[in-house]
Amino acid sequence: MADAVRRKPNMAKEKVKMPEQDPNVRNSNFEEVALGYTKEMAMEEATRCLDCKKPFCMEGCPVNVPIPRFIEQVVAGNFEKAYEIITEENALPAITGRVCPQENQCEGKCVRGRAKGCESVGIGRLERFVADYHREHGEHKTPHVEKNGKKVAVVGSGPAGITCAGELARRGYDVHVFEALHKTGGVLSYGIPEFRLPKTIVQAEADGVAEYGVDFETNVVVGRTITVDELEEAGYDAVFVGSGAGLPRFQGIPGENLNGVYSANEFLTRVNLMKGYMFPDRPTPVKISPTVCVVGAGNVAMDAARTAKRLGAENVYIVYRRSEEEAPARKEEIHHAKEEGIQFKFLTNPIAVNGDEEGWVKSITCQEMQLGEADASGRRRPVPVEGHTFEIETGTFIVAIGQSPNPLIRQTTPGLDTQKWGGIIVNEETMETSRDSVYAGGDAVTGAATVILAMGAGKKAAIAIDEKLSGK
Amino acid sequence: MYKIVRKETLNDAAFEMEIEAPMVARKCEAGQFVILRVGEDGERIPLTIGDFDREKGTITIVVQAVGFSTKQLEKLGVGDEVTDFVGPLGRPTEFHDGLKRVVGVCGGIGAAPVYPQLKALAEKGVKVDVIIGGREAQYVLWADKFKTFCDHVYIATDNGELGTKGFGTTVLQQLIDDGVKFDEVIAIGPVIMMKNVVKVTKPYNIPTSVSLNPIMVDGTGMCGCCRVTVDGQTKFACVDGPDFDGLNVDFDELMERQRFFKKEEKYVDEHADRICDLMRGAE
Repeated sequence: MADAVRRKPNMAKEKVKMPEQDPNVRNSNFEEVALGYTKEMAMEEATRCLDCKKPFCMEGCPVNVPIPRFIEQVVAGNFEKAYEIITEENALPAITGRVCPQENQCEGKCVRGRAKGCESVGIGRLERFVADYHREHGEHKTPHVEKNGKKVAVVGSGPAGITCAGELARRGYDVHVFEALHKTGGVLSYGIPEFRLPKTIVQAEADGVAEYGVDFETNVVVGRTITVDELEEAGYDAVFVGSGAGLPRFQGIPGENLNGVYSANEFLTRVNLMKGYMFPDRPTPVKISPTVCVVGAGNVAMDAARTAKRLGAENVYIVYRRSEEEAPARKEEIHHAKEEGIQFKFLTNPIAVNGDEEGWVKSITCQEMQLGEADASGRRRPVPVEGHTFEIETGTFIVAIGQSPNPLIRQTTPGLDTQKWGGIIVNEETMETSRDSVYAGGDAVTGAATVILAMGAGKKAAIAIDEKLSGK
Repeated sequence: MYKIVRKETLNDAAFEMEIEAPMVARKCEAGQFVILRVGEDGERIPLTIGDFDREKGTITIVVQAVGFSTKQLEKLGVGDEVTDFVGPLGRPTEFHDGLKRVVGVCGGIGAAPVYPQLKALAEKGVKVDVIIGGREAQYVLWADKFKTFCDHVYIATDNGELGTKGFGTTVLQQLIDDGVKFDEVIAIGPVIMMKNVVKVTKPYNIPTSVSLNPIMVDGTGMCGCCRVTVDGQTKFACVDGPDFDGLNVDFDELMERQRFFKKEEKYVDEHADRICDLMRGAE
């Protein structure tokens, strides 16, 4: 192994470019858009890191990956060592390297990005490279863990649950993860499309966690098949609830039950989890018309629109009541969507879905909006421009305006305090709920947020559970 | 994997299967359903729980082989396994207080979901009757099973081969005309049949419970594919139902929504052999 030596930084202003599929090719296939760095690209990008004494980048990372330490190893070409360093703190680097909004996290704090016209170090791309390199070339070691005889149940196998389970298993706990669907991964499996996050990678990362002795059981709906109380009676010393925010919101406008209206969750679940994009070679259908309208401008809306394009839609519109500046999706996702030919209708609010005699969508009526005064969230409030409405002819309308926490756990767990909107209330230091030995984290607590925040919450809960159960 | 321990052919369209699923059997109540999948790349299909045996840890389902997935299931025999079997899903039936006499009206394989509801009522001491409808005699299901706890088992066939000639609603109307007083009607079957039962009961304002069967994907409330309109409100049948107050259900909308994928369903059914080969190739 080459020693990591002090090096002369590469002062290039821009990141080493990431190879990507051509927009006009990729918008008709489901293969990954971003192709990842080669060894040479990764090593070159790594030399842009200044190895700061006080690494601000780490403050931006919700799971505190030792960023300069791993990048130092990439510079030297010691990719396996880099992988070991990352996985000290982050169990799913191939996933986070792909889907984290790094511009608001690690890369948002990088000093290289502060100078005018300068880009931060591509930390996410490097993390992804290291994880992919390890998966493809790394030596496989079965980890040895000393068991401590204590049992923890984890509800949900999304990013929060997987991370919590992995952290506890590494500390010697017997961990049993209960998943309602037939596949593990939560939103990583049913929500985020193949072209942003290949499912083989999700599976490989989950398998890696399973090797520490985490037992995944699918087809168990906690709240229906078994309750939290019954888990405790069955001898689990603690329960972590990472059940996410999977309950879709609709707008409540006329015509939402017409044929051709999907929640983004339904549309994406059919395509991703059920492989509807392979219909008829897989039996789950997903039907769209030549024109598709998606309402909302978050990451889920971008995923739905880009998916519709790949299924063959000629015109895909994103309809959003505010302007581009307020759109909650990552800039990169909006950019990718535009490159692929998605059309944006900002300051436009659907107010009715219109159907034909047989109950199928034929158009949506939209209200033109303008921005008014700032509201409580600090964003300028959209207000209707009186008398300005128009129609878009479409046969498919996908609603991507957000999700709420699923009510099943709170309905079936007495003594579990929740917010009015359904989020589970926790002590933010320990993630402990109002119920003794019941912890929660991820979207079940915060409402729909990001993969990495859910992982951070899962990790925090694991540490707190360990401290409590080991009497530290 | 979930083992098939018993299988019976009921008629030329339907079969009955008892499947080992101890966690579902331990917990399920009348009115709930399961979702199952046949094969690693299969669809998720909802089926109402017909019967259960907590000690044996089994669930009985009655299935009409009408399309791709139900026909795949039909090909399996005792000792084979279904890939996924999740439940119990949906809310258990909530029975009103003070019921004295209740009648179940079932059409086709609707006999299976009506059975546990009437049985639960009978166990509470409520007098129960059942009207079983079928196109021909062979489609009249579970009459003997109902006889063990029902006061009256009425039968109606379209061609008059067995029982009254006509529909379940024909018998129900007759009984009401004869002055039999029902405190509640439980109607389960094809949507058109449930809609027709409500047409009979509505003028008399007899509470009528129906079990809705919209298209479902996950069955846990995360997609809204199964939404229905009840009393002007959008409900998700998988978490708010599947039982609803039939007098307030928008049946026409439900029937339209059931047609959403008709063309695609027909296509996969007709190309079943090729699709199965492809699915196997992927494993």
